[in-house]
Amino acid sequence: MAIKVENLTFIYNQGTALEQKALDDVSFEIPDGQFVGLIGHTGSGKSTLIQHLNGLVKPTGGKILYNGEDICGEGYNLRQLRSKVGLVFQYPEHQLFEVDVISDVCYGPRNLGLSEEEVHARAEDALRLVGMKEKYWDQSPFELSGGQKRRVAIAGVLAMNPEVLILDEPTAGLDPRGRDEILDQIEMLHKERGMTTILVSHSMEDMARYADRLLVMNHGKKAFDGTPKEVFRHYKELEQMGLAAPQVTYVVHALRERGLEIDEDITTVEEARDALLAVLRRPGKDQHA
Amino acid sequence: MGIIKAEKLIFDYIRRDEEENIEEVDRAIDDLSVDVEKGSFVAILGHNGSGKSTLAKHINAILVPTEGTVWVSDMDTADESKLWEIRKRAGMVFQNPDNQIIGNVVEEDVGFGPENIGVPTDDIWKRVDESLEAVGMTAYRYKSPNKLSGGQKQRVAIAGVMAMRPECIVLDEPTAMLDPNGRKEVIRTVRELNQKEGITVLLITHYMEEVIHADRVIVMDEGKIVMDGNPREIFSRVEELKGYRLDVPQVTELAYELRRAGADLPEGILSREEFVESFIEAVSKTAPEKLHAPMP
Amino acid sequence: MLCWRYCADLERINMLREITIGQYYPVDSVLHRMDPRTKLFGTMVYIVSLFLADNVWGYAAAAVFLAVVIRLSRVPVSFMVRGLKAILFLLLISVSFNLFLTDGEELFRIWVLRVTKEGVRMAGFMAVRLIFLVMGSSVMTLTTTPNQLTDGLEKSLGFLKKIKVPVHEMAMIMSIALRFIPILVEETDKIMKAQMARGADFESGGLVQKAKSMVPLLVPLFISAFRRATDLAMAMEARCYHGGEGRTKMKPLRYAGRDYAAYLTYAAYMGVMAAVRVVF
Repeated sequence: MAIKVENLTFIYNQGTALEQKALDDVSFEIPDGQFVGLIGHTGSGKSTLIQHLNGLVKPTGGKILYNGEDICGEGYNLRQLRSKVGLVFQYPEHQLFEVDVISDVCYGPRNLGLSEEEVHARAEDALRLVGMKEKYWDQSPFELSGGQKRRVAIAGVLAMNPEVLILDEPTAGLDPRGRDEILDQIEMLHKERGMTTILVSHSMEDMARYADRLLVMNHGKKAFDGTPKEVFRHYKELEQMGLAAPQVTYVVHALRERGLEIDEDITTVEEARDALLAVLRRPGKDQHA
Repeated sequence: MGIIKAEKLIFDYIRRDEEENIEEVDRAIDDLSVDVEKGSFVAILGHNGSGKSTLAKHINAILVPTEGTVWVSDMDTADESKLWEIRKRAGMVFQNPDNQIIGNVVEEDVGFGPENIGVPTDDIWKRVDESLEAVGMTAYRYKSPNKLSGGQKQRVAIAGVMAMRPECIVLDEPTAMLDPNGRKEVIRTVRELNQKEGITVLLITHYMEEVIHADRVIVMDEGKIVMDGNPREIFSRVEELKGYRLDVPQVTELAYELRRAGADLPEGILSREEFVESFIEAVSKTAPEKLHAPMP
Repeated sequence: MLCWRYCADLERINMLREITIGQYYPVDSVLHRMDPRTKLFGTMVYIVSLFLADNVWGYAAAAVFLAVVIRLSRVPVSFMVRGLKAILFLLLISVSFNLFLTDGEELFRIWVLRVTKEGVRMAGFMAVRLIFLVMGSSVMTLTTTPNQLTDGLEKSLGFLKKIKVPVHEMAMIMSIALRFIPILVEETDKIMKAQMARGADFESGGLVQKAKSMVPLLVPLFISAFRRATDLAMAMEARCYHGGEGRTKMKPLRYAGRDYAAYLTYAAYMGVMAAVRVVF
């Protein structure tokens, strides 16, 4: 049990006229090695939630346990936590500041007080992991393309050797191929390193493809928690929350309403293709063939 | 000749060193010709760096051609005496909603353009009222832009352009920084302006769902137009699109995959409803016994 | 070791957001509808009057005037009080200076510090003066949109154009700054969080260390500000902005009956303040 959140509540501007409940009694547990998708419309509390996991915001009520230890406890080392639970923010422009790519990635590990050799070894390792070729290492991070900037930003966090990687909309503003490349890279990291991954995204299609589990936030509360298939079964409720299911899920439901026998838990194009092809084939004909 | 026309357009970004010597030339647009019909809704697709934003900036005369010519309503954009007239006719909406709102109150921002072109006060108010109504933001007119959602900010930006009474609006990735609801909100607004007010729309995007209602889709790559046709034609060429780092909506991809596996479905399916109808038809031909009463 | 107390950084940023001047309170009132020039002039008159007051009666008159104005503005008093938070430190300093450093009849003594009767009186007046000054000016900022305010300044200072002062440009710069301050404050908050997630520590160490630790915050902030400036310039040009020449106004400034009434009130008020000073 890597992360455990118990009755987490957070109130912005407590005691003022602008008081606002951002998180309301949220509880869940994320075991090691899971790929969790976090969804919710803008203002549903998902950004506040991930900042709590990284110790950037102090809870108004409730507890957050990391490997069994209360991160809000007296004397808990937050810097240690931030190196273990890596958080990559949405816009790489908010963190890139160094003259070249490699120095920028060195910033995180250097803050951990490691030796200069170790810092460089980790930075190089992290850059390789995100697929940044060596020819870019001495370039200014500001001259890179959007997708490359994002890779460097992710590397900047990976270089701290986190056990958990949290990514806030890592694909915003990228073109379709750029989106796929970043997500594939994240999936590879998850698989090869067994890293617990929490991905915030608005794309239900991506969630269906990559996540083992979905957490749905609505008005500061946890609305759904389950596998993508379980969650997307509630597509009507999701819509009321300003969310949706993947397009193919709607197609499958519409076809079921027209009388076709198809598994309702289809969430990806591949699954839909196989299921629909099975429908098109005559059972009798196929047996002879 | 259409409302916007480019002929043999070339644009180079030139980087110079301290002594003004040319250091690097980056050709963003490479011998591009296009003609856009008045009142049409044209979507321009292309990956980041394909030259689509550079093209957009030519229509508003923010950039002028290195070679070739661009005309907006028969006015050459390189003709400096026509500059303000061109910018009045062809409005522009940019990607970052925060970086294009000048006013501290919604209605004051919408009035900014008319103020600049010297519209009399009473007329400015009329235009502001109409523009806010057209984008459905009247209820927010006294608000601070900072209190609005991304989608609402973009609608304010569109109203700001509408207040100039343009013939054409160029939107340069207006939805790239928005969430799905904000994206729908903006696209709905733009479609309405096109249909009700007859405004020519040039929508630059890389969200495929946003272009299925366009009259015409243009795909750019390396500063050139590589595909040009209606959405159905374009989306039936799935492999080609993927080659240009683009994508297709999930239903289109599903239909394409099924066709490849031999299913009898039409090319270039764009919507869910369309897919469902064609698939039911295909089933009724090959396996009618599978179509029974709706499942509970 | 980095512990919870460092979250104070983030709280400070939130403070900054609150302090940001130009917090318009959108209700409809006589004051809201008043010409910004009238309000600007009124604020100046009020400030001058506060320095004119030298006895209890003078301050009483100023208090009555302020109370009536706040009442007319229909802005909750709590909003005015909030502005005071920003000057709390200044207030404490000036009060203690006046309290301990004024010569006169000694009341009591704490260690080497003498507190005099005159000191108490001066400190009290100073505090009231500062509080009234801040509240008085927040009435103006709360009832006037920043744009109206800059319009008012532009028009009031219009005569400076004759000596080649770029009044329009300065007003435009002010107006844009007002719009972008909250955005940049928000952005600072995000950048700080992003760097803290990479183990940044903006608190520990000496002055040099602290200054160095600001680099990862300031570089992204400046780059973003430049980017926003370029974008905004392009957006303004695209909307035909080309300086103040030939520009019309959506909300041109025109004096109405209420403005003349206000100027008469100012005159009466100043008369009272002067009379109080002479008589008492």
